[in-house]
Amino acid sequence: MMFRIQPTMLKIAAAAWLLGATSAMADTTLEFTQWWEPELPAGSLRAIMNDFEAANPGIKVTLVSGPYATTRDQISVGAATGTLSDVVGLDGAWVNNLNAQGALADMNPMMDASGFDKTQVADIIKVDGKAVMFPVASFVYPVFVNLDLAAQAGVTKLPSTRAEFLEAAKKMTHADKNQYGWVLPLSLQTPSGVQNDMMSWVWASGQSMMADGKPALEGKPVVDMLTFVKSLNDAGVISPGIATKTEQEKVEEFVNDRIGMMIDSLAHVNLIRKRNPKLNFDLIPVPVVEDYSGKRGLPYASWGIGISASSKHQDEAWKLVQYLMSEKVNAKLVSLANAFPGNVNAKPDFVTSDKAFGKAFEIFKTGYLANEFTGLPVAEDLMTQFDVEAQKMLAGEQSPEQAAANAQKGWTAKF
Amino acid sequence: MTRQKRSHHRLKRAVAPYLYLSPSLLIIGLLMLLPMVTVIGYSFQNSAVLRRDPSFAGLKHYQAIFADPVFWASLWHTLYFTCMSVVFHMTIGMVFALMLNSDRINPTLRNILRVLYILPWLFTAVIIAVIWRLLLEPNGVVSSVLMQMGIIGSKVEWFSSPATALHAVTFANIWAGYPLFMVSLLAGLQGIPKDFYEAADIDGAKAYQKLIFITIPQLMPIIISISLLDFIWTMQVFPLIWITTGGGPIYSTEVLSTYTYKLAFSSYNLSQASASAVVILLISLGLTLFYIRYQKAR
Repeated sequence: MMFRIQPTMLKIAAAAWLLGATSAMADTTLEFTQWWEPELPAGSLRAIMNDFEAANPGIKVTLVSGPYATTRDQISVGAATGTLSDVVGLDGAWVNNLNAQGALADMNPMMDASGFDKTQVADIIKVDGKAVMFPVASFVYPVFVNLDLAAQAGVTKLPSTRAEFLEAAKKMTHADKNQYGWVLPLSLQTPSGVQNDMMSWVWASGQSMMADGKPALEGKPVVDMLTFVKSLNDAGVISPGIATKTEQEKVEEFVNDRIGMMIDSLAHVNLIRKRNPKLNFDLIPVPVVEDYSGKRGLPYASWGIGISASSKHQDEAWKLVQYLMSEKVNAKLVSLANAFPGNVNAKPDFVTSDKAFGKAFEIFKTGYLANEFTGLPVAEDLMTQFDVEAQKMLAGEQSPEQAAANAQKGWTAKF
Repeated sequence: MTRQKRSHHRLKRAVAPYLYLSPSLLIIGLLMLLPMVTVIGYSFQNSAVLRRDPSFAGLKHYQAIFADPVFWASLWHTLYFTCMSVVFHMTIGMVFALMLNSDRINPTLRNILRVLYILPWLFTAVIIAVIWRLLLEPNGVVSSVLMQMGIIGSKVEWFSSPATALHAVTFANIWAGYPLFMVSLLAGLQGIPKDFYEAADIDGAKAYQKLIFITIPQLMPIIISISLLDFIWTMQVFPLIWITTGGGPIYSTEVLSTYTYKLAFSSYNLSQASASAVVILLISLGLTLFYIRYQKAR
């Protein structure tokens, strides 16, 4: 039997092909590079992207995921070669360099054109007036207190000032039992201890390490902080091995009942519970200088988001950014990450179901996010320089004033 | 055979070796020469990698690193770390190889020792770093044992004190690296003819004389070859130092590899990092040429 192709069938086939081809052509595929996917429950970020695709027909999202360090290197290279993904996950410490390379798009015109409500976001990171990053999820750094050690030491009132902190740390320290009041990680491998465990004392009291956009390390706030840290070290209340201790080791010592108090990311609450379910701890804000009653700055690390300046799909990329910053989606994402929201109206579900997170959320709501390293040039290098001077001070090689002056000299050269 | 055919045949014979070599040459070119040349190029550019249109910088970045006291401190630390490591690798490797080659030790015990002595070789640098960080932390086993023996009066921050950190990382590296010498020297020892020792016995030579006049001269080619290779490899050690001390405290364990890494990935100064990498390359190249000349002379 002969099979004859009817002209009508040909027409239908051509029409179907044309329809398929045009719809395929209409699809925009956004590339989204970030380190969040491996840190979230499996498949959860993809599910959010699927929801976005369903809400925005014609836009597809390809996730390019990897560990933090790999993503950082990938973004640096992408910025240099002009192959940066359309949407990029950002750390505040990177944005200055990326902006200097002209790699990040200014989101101000996009916000204006779409009538975006700027008051709904917790922060907009600007460099040279350009809006280059939104913090999508924030991981604040309160003080974790081992309540059992505090009770054994007779610390009935948890410290709210630096003087009270020093007293409590002294009481909790029993070097013969390898038990110390505080832990300070200043490893040069990851100098983030400068930001999280040292400068956080400055920001908590509403103070600043900067003045008019330039470093002001010789000012009273930083010198006082260094003097305070030195007093803790001189009193022998800091767990030994400061100069090579990393953040992971800090958490490990706290988990093992050896540390009375530590400043740490809220993101570690579940990890601490998992490692030592019996550990009885509470969260308090970072203590402040005497007689300070203003709003407290909360040190934080964040998952930021920005758009590539070289992206050919900036309108679609902006839609994705808006989507992730919207109240409901943001609440969903930060609930998965155990983080605080980038949208001020979003309320993650864990704050009502978990007492510790609930308390931390209250601290978060009464304070403000503070991380002055965000947006600074070569932020990690600045931390390393400050770290070296702090180590020299703790080794007795120089005074807090000299440490501040030397760090100021190094930082000024970088600016 | 016609003249044309003969000429074609000659051409084929001349080209054939290069065709056989071409895969290796391609791989060496792509994976070694190209990155090397690129890095050398970066060292003469301003804002290398970070800018799409980097300008020519001349020797500016070399001048900058040579003017940096941390660079010279790193160079000194690298030399100390490398020389001490090679000397102790060789000494410990020799002692253990002689022990494992000795007939005076029970064969079963010898086999057990053989496994134990080679263990450090089985661990990766990261595992070695973690092991020694745990052992040498102020509350770790080493401090505790030394305190109980009365050798030290209080806990020592081996990796965190500027006075001890460089010695501590060198010690960890010595522990990690001696098996290479041990295995190579053991193979060499087993190749020395027994007649030499029998003749020495007849002449009434003592054990130390046999060691000095027979064993060491016989092993000398191996000792020199492995020492040179170890020198080149140890100079480039990065993960062990990075994970144990990160180049600190202060700059007390900063070596050329950590110095270069920080320039590249902490300061994002890839031009200066490239200049520093070229300096490491030149030092390694000098040693390699020395090694090749020694091998040729043999």
